[in-house]
Amino acid sequence: MQNRPGPNRAGPFGILQSVGDALKLAFKEDIRPALADKWVYFLAPIVAAIPAFLAFAVIPIGGEVSIFGHTTALQLADVPAGVLVVLACASVGVYGILLGGWASGSPYPLLGALRSAAQVISYEIAMGLAIVTVVLYSGSLYTSQIVAAQAEQGWFVFLLPVPFLIYVISMVGETNRAPFDLPEAESELVGGFHTEYSSLKFAMFFLAEYVNMTTVSALATTMFLGGWHAPFGLGSVADGMFNTGWWPLLWFLLKTFAFLFLFIWLRAALPRFRYDQFMHLGWKVLVPVALLWFVLVAAIRALSSEGVTTTQFMIAFAITLVVLVAATFLIPDRRVEEETGPRLSGGNFPVPPLDLEVPERPKRRPAATQTRERAAIGAGTSALGAGAALADDEPTGGDDTEGTAADRPDAGQSGVDTRDRASSAKEDGNGTV
Amino acid sequence: MLESYLPLVLLFVLATGFAVFSVSVAPLVGPRRYNRAKLDAYECGIEPSPVPVAGGGRIPVKFYLTGMLFILFDVEVVFMYPYAVAAGGLGVFGLVAVGVFLLAVTIAFVYEWRLGGLDWD
Repeated sequence: MQNRPGPNRAGPFGILQSVGDALKLAFKEDIRPALADKWVYFLAPIVAAIPAFLAFAVIPIGGEVSIFGHTTALQLADVPAGVLVVLACASVGVYGILLGGWASGSPYPLLGALRSAAQVISYEIAMGLAIVTVVLYSGSLYTSQIVAAQAEQGWFVFLLPVPFLIYVISMVGETNRAPFDLPEAESELVGGFHTEYSSLKFAMFFLAEYVNMTTVSALATTMFLGGWHAPFGLGSVADGMFNTGWWPLLWFLLKTFAFLFLFIWLRAALPRFRYDQFMHLGWKVLVPVALLWFVLVAAIRALSSEGVTTTQFMIAFAITLVVLVAATFLIPDRRVEEETGPRLSGGNFPVPPLDLEVPERPKRRPAATQTRERAAIGAGTSALGAGAALADDEPTGGDDTEGTAADRPDAGQSGVDTRDRASSAKEDGNGTV
Repeated sequence: MLESYLPLVLLFVLATGFAVFSVSVAPLVGPRRYNRAKLDAYECGIEPSPVPVAGGGRIPVKFYLTGMLFILFDVEVVFMYPYAVAAGGLGVFGLVAVGVFLLAVTIAFVYEWRLGGLDWD
């Protein structure tokens, strides 16, 4: 997403550019800074890359197919822990980033790594709570059974819209992508945790990030968008023809690519968060809302089996909620000592005094009158000239001065026009009228 | 039961092989041009900080706090998973049980919030 020609020399439309970039990295010098911890610096990219590859194994990318006579499900490992494997791999992946930043022996990577760790673990709680609500409906941690449950009950994105939103937000935070790419905020931290890395070690970190993006997108597809089942009622067409054979692969890829598109879109559209805003969103918005939804879903599921209607339940729930929120205000706030006036010194740091008075502007001829005179001259000589545009502010002014301006020689006109522009530009810049 | 984890183990071996191979082979393939400034810590061109960050450096305590909070709440979330899987068979008893647990956690959460533990200044 860019409004300029991108790299377009490698292959048709430049689609081979990323392959070229990756290959190029292999032939770059492998630098290890003098202060770096030798072994940890070497191991960190490996630690980051391995869990990224592992997590994708539990995603079901299709139903039963026959390959060379074998009938098998298109899923590498259908394990009992299911979605927990993805969460575990995401947590282990943080170690790679944290160790890499620490081992570089340099301030920017360390800060980036700390931010990354704090960010991923903060958002993992909200993510975990969103996944729990899905498990409440599916009753199983097997990813294949979560998909099967959605074939019966409908896509969970309709049953659980809020957990879906929470999951999508936290998956962006979890993979350190914009607008949550604070660990590698280039305007603050140069490159973040991989500032000191080069060559294929750097490539490993990036590979891990992109594989993680794909994995969380695939997990979102699996948990909320019906996995590999055909969308828009296509599943019921022609006796479920679209849900058999190799068709599911297509649906799965389409849905996953939609999420990947969202990642790129967010990166192009949104500015980066500030770190305190980011933590605020994670801990004070996503976690409570996710917790509330978990309680709501759990209560509805449990009480509906006892014959309580949803309306009765909602009323009771609302009353409880109001009481609870009121109760929280009984807890006293932390006392904040307010600072009065500007701080006059920066403690031990050399800070210039902040109570200096700004001297007044020196008096001079008002710039506005100068411009007006020149504008009138320009407007008179040619209706199409730049002078006419400058005189737009006062539509009557042009008519009044037409006669005097016409007497001027044409030769000087262009020079006058350029000076007009310069002086008016200066006026805008100074903000004086 | 445990056989289903076999593909994960195989993939782990493959991924480790790939990662270790790539990272070890890169220094052999790439060029080597010695330059003392290149091996300094990168700090936008100014002289690097005299105190090495790793080992002797200091880290904002805020991150430790976040780490501890994470452990508390992640353990809480992990306790939810067994309940979520078994919720269908537990009915109202399970709801009350998990409710008591959640209440305890929520009180801690609210207390911490009101005391400013979640503020990032």
